[in-house]
Amino acid sequence: MYTTELKDKNQKSAPVTTVAEDPAKLAAFEARVAADDFIEPKDWMPEAYRKTLVRQISQHAHSEVVGMLPEGNWITRAPSLRRKAVLLAKVQDEGGHGLYLYAAAETLGTSRDEMIEALHTGRAKYSTIFNYPTLTWADIGAIGWLVDGAAIMNQVPLQRTSYGPYARAMVRICKEESFHQRQGYEIMMALAGGSPEQKRMAQNALDRWWWPSLMMFGPPDENSPNTAQSVRWRIKRETNDEIRQRFVDVTVPQAEAIGLKVPDPALTWNEARGSYDFGPIDWEEFYAVVRGEGLVAKERMKARVEAWEKGAWVREAANAHAAKRAHRAAAE
Amino acid sequence: MSKEWPLWEVFVRAKNGLSHRHVGSVHAADDRMAIEAARDTYTRRMEGVSLWVVRSADIVASDPGEGAALFEPAADKVYRHPTFYSIPEHVKNI
Ligand SMILES: [Fe+2]
Ligand SMILES: [Fe+2]
Repeated sequence: MYTTELKDKNQKSAPVTTVAEDPAKLAAFEARVAADDFIEPKDWMPEAYRKTLVRQISQHAHSEVVGMLPEGNWITRAPSLRRKAVLLAKVQDEGGHGLYLYAAAETLGTSRDEMIEALHTGRAKYSTIFNYPTLTWADIGAIGWLVDGAAIMNQVPLQRTSYGPYARAMVRICKEESFHQRQGYEIMMALAGGSPEQKRMAQNALDRWWWPSLMMFGPPDENSPNTAQSVRWRIKRETNDEIRQRFVDVTVPQAEAIGLKVPDPALTWNEARGSYDFGPIDWEEFYAVVRGEGLVAKERMKARVEAWEKGAWVREAANAHAAKRAHRAAAE
Repeated sequence: MSKEWPLWEVFVRAKNGLSHRHVGSVHAADDRMAIEAARDTYTRRMEGVSLWVVRSADIVASDPGEGAALFEPAADKVYRHPTFYSIPEHVKNI
């Protein structure tokens, strides 16, 4: 989800290659990874491994940070003090997740400023899901249930990803993530059990968020050129399609349990596979959102850049304060 | 004046009686702000009772390349482990 490669369609044909590495070092590295050993920051690693990780981890970090925006805009409008406190805590967690991940990426030799600059200038991608608008309070329920649910699906296997700092960040994140999904489901449950109007609102949110949530796992395996290498290097532990299927299988009964209907006429239980068959995903929509044509893509980046620029004086004040304290300490 | 704040490594003592353990890092302009950022980032769920922050630049680490020289000599000194010594079954409390 947050970690699939988000590239425009025309970039797709350029898989990361492993040329020009010292063959002995490369072989030793491959053997360590194959044996499920963790790679730590100062260990030798192929350039392609480092690059893939920097891209994947920073993309993941950006997704956490941009992910605060669609929910943040509902904090002041939460329907009760309890819901408000919960949403505030959830959004704060997402900010924390961004920080853990930026720190993990920094151990690979990139800087925080470089990553933020890449996000703000549009060079770096973030999950397509956050370029859809949150129209009603039910959307906050749908996001917690489906989007955080998809995130958990994706992040659980990454606790065993081969790069130590990334795996450790994932352990922390997964611990914090499960309340996010449960609070979202609880919102949906309350609405689905409410007045006909509230139930309609919940169904409408599910209708709008279902397909974008399935897209979060990224393009189908046959269109995901770097998956094989990422799986071999244990950067990814499972393919996009495998995780997507698992998500469908656990989520459909959750919808049924609260009387909501998954908006897919082709959805059927396949006894032989022990899984649900589901209808085709509109990948053209996905690539359009990756290209920056999401409904609220511009709004999201504008909000991010504005927050960064308006916060400049705080960063400068902190530097000035630190300099003053250092100066005083030196004088004593 | 866009100077990136230095990086600090964060250590948390989960409860008294345990040692501080590395949990991650934060950027902050100085030590006091590093403690505050570490508190917000790493102890939102009662994960600790005490924090240490250390400038990342001040940490000296061993080089994985000298791993063999530093750590392998221990492998042929099995006599440092109690299981190296065979004592008859009937001898107890040793
Ligand atoms: Fe998160
Ligand atoms: Fe979350």
